[in-house]
Amino acid sequence: MMADTKTMNMIEAINSALDIMLERDPDVVLMGEDIGYFGGVFRATAGLQAKHGKARVFDTPISECGIIGAGVGMAAYGLRPVPEIQFADYIYPGLDQLVSEAARLRYRSAGDFICPMTVRSPFGGGIFGGQTHSQSPESLFTHVCGIKTIVPSSPYDAKGLLIAAIEDNDPVIFFEPKRIYNGPFSGYYDRPVEPWSKHAASAVPEGYYRIELGKAGIVREGEALTILTYGTMVHVVQTVVAEMGLDAEILDLRTLLPLDVEAIEQSVKKTGRCLVVHEATRTSGFGAELAALVQERCFYHLEAPVERVTGFDTPYPHSLEWAYFPGPVRIASAIEKIMKD
Amino acid sequence: MTGKKSNLAPLRLHIPEPKFRPGDEADFSDVAVPPVDSVARPDEASLPADIQSLAFGLVRVLDNDHQAKGSWNPNLDADQLRLMLRNMMLTRAFDDRMFRAQRQGKTSFYMKSTGEEATSVATAMALASDDMCFPSYRQQGILLTRGYPIVRMMNQIYSNSQDHLKGRQLPIMYSAPECSFFTISGNLATQYPQAVGWAMASASRGDTRISAVWCGEGSTAEGDFHSAMTFAAVYNAPVILQVVNNQWAISSFSGIAGGERTTFAARGLGYGIASLRVDGNDPLAVYAAMRWAADRARTNNGPTFIEYFTYRAEGHSTSDDPGAYRAAKEFEKWPLGDPVDRLKKHLILLGEWSEEQHQAQHDDLADLVKKTQKEAEANGILGHGMHQPFETMFEDVFEEMPWHLKEQCAQMIDEQHRKFGPEWEPK
Repeated sequence: MMADTKTMNMIEAINSALDIMLERDPDVVLMGEDIGYFGGVFRATAGLQAKHGKARVFDTPISECGIIGAGVGMAAYGLRPVPEIQFADYIYPGLDQLVSEAARLRYRSAGDFICPMTVRSPFGGGIFGGQTHSQSPESLFTHVCGIKTIVPSSPYDAKGLLIAAIEDNDPVIFFEPKRIYNGPFSGYYDRPVEPWSKHAASAVPEGYYRIELGKAGIVREGEALTILTYGTMVHVVQTVVAEMGLDAEILDLRTLLPLDVEAIEQSVKKTGRCLVVHEATRTSGFGAELAALVQERCFYHLEAPVERVTGFDTPYPHSLEWAYFPGPVRIASAIEKIMKD
Repeated sequence: MTGKKSNLAPLRLHIPEPKFRPGDEADFSDVAVPPVDSVARPDEASLPADIQSLAFGLVRVLDNDHQAKGSWNPNLDADQLRLMLRNMMLTRAFDDRMFRAQRQGKTSFYMKSTGEEATSVATAMALASDDMCFPSYRQQGILLTRGYPIVRMMNQIYSNSQDHLKGRQLPIMYSAPECSFFTISGNLATQYPQAVGWAMASASRGDTRISAVWCGEGSTAEGDFHSAMTFAAVYNAPVILQVVNNQWAISSFSGIAGGERTTFAARGLGYGIASLRVDGNDPLAVYAAMRWAADRARTNNGPTFIEYFTYRAEGHSTSDDPGAYRAAKEFEKWPLGDPVDRLKKHLILLGEWSEEQHQAQHDDLADLVKKTQKEAEANGILGHGMHQPFETMFEDVFEEMPWHLKEQCAQMIDEQHRKFGPEWEPK
């Protein structure tokens, strides 16, 4: 296996997953704004139209409702559509088609019709995208019954999870943290960006492989506290933990729904302390669900209240991005608070 | 007030109002009913730009004397005409029976299609049986035309033990892939882009099947409608996009959906889609228009948009009383009549039908529906215990049940034990 690996950044890994699935399964089709000839604004589909043809990889009108709605119809026909929504911030016009249609098709028709559609979308901030190119709307989707929600944090995971998502017979939202497309992010915006090539998870098998949905990854084993996180924040958390010289256990949730509650329970019962970190806004964020689950399942093992580190409950600001972002200072403060008692 | 310009009258907000409200005498003398063949049937390969006038005319075949005339006449033989009449009468008999079942408390909800039967029966007859239909909630005539078992429709309406949708859907939200009939959504116009996507998939696969989609004139205001029209035009999708303009969206008249400004058919023109406006109460015109559109789609001439100009004879559903918002007897005064009555008179005129045969068929269909209703009720009616097993509530959310649903399912079973005692067994 190692012999067939190649150093890839996250975009290349996603491109490779799409390429392989187009090759393996004639039912897979890609569509979205600017994804065809041009290869996507983030280049995730570069070269795929030329290789697989216009009927398999094509540009769409600027209509997220139309993209998702047509995807549902294609899925009803028997295809396996993989639409791209150019930014997660643009997904809202397609929300009814996702929430009321894609997510409910299997249930409402008792399996007569299913929707094996994977909606890819770059998400999260840290790229000076302002309030319309930085959002993390994952908790809108984890709240919907019938959709799986995935957030990868590395090239290796992105490829394996995307292949598993495309092969899954239920609709999947696949949020790609765009801040880490080209390299893991330490949380220090004023330091040089480290490329993926220096990171172990950039060694990506060139061929087909899957990472099972619903399984968290243990990024770092430890005894002192459990940190539950995903996406860009996996890397920021690692930086802070290293700086503090803390023996923390870091769980990269990878799939938010269905959630790997076993891994969470096991870890928190071991460490007795828990911090939840995500970039999305705080109130009713996915962290609230995680904190509630940990409280319900691990209360008698807890030695300190569960803390949440999140973005603030404001729109993502442009110029004050780094005051908004849940960076090392916010994370370190929360860890100090948890570790105090 | 700031911003007042010296000599301009103040701005006025226009809120459309229907011409008649309860207590008024409805008068439709201003509704234009052009003669048959005022718009001639163009070649199926015509370019949309060359046939724009069809969006403002009215495709008709049956004239006021019940003769079939003109270039749109599909020249169906007597057997086909009788079958069309039967399917429409069956739909009406089914509607009447199920409406009554709701009033008797046997189910929660029902929606009749009275007066609009042609828009589902004649369209279904003009399509191939495996062309994919994306209906709204008032096209039960498609299923009845395609021979879907009536008892299955009733089981769904009763959400009973044999409801193949497991009691999950509001009554009439059928799903029938064996009849190429898509699962009905309660959210309006969502089926529009889906039908286009289905047609795009069919075209990309080099298939021969096309798709057809229905919505009401009220739903044309939804964003989904316009997204679908754009996609259909962009990809020249083999889809037939239909609007059943029955004048009323619950209590809002068609003007609230923009009907005061232009015809609904005209909305297709801006997208460059061939657009027809059709007498929706003329089953032969509906058939002919659908056939024309289907031929276009099947020969890669692209999508067609059709407005059926018709009238909703009954309430929106069992949940509203039209007497509270519109004038009485509008349907009786509707200038385009009743599709069942018109086809009946046409057949009689041809010497292929009689009042006696009509009455006999009416009675036979009522008996058939009544007999089938008994069969369905043996499987249970809503709220009387003969529902689907409790666990089915948690099935089909996902292909495989995740842990959190398993936990919640166990909780629900436990709740039943607490309610009904430890001997209670899930069924």
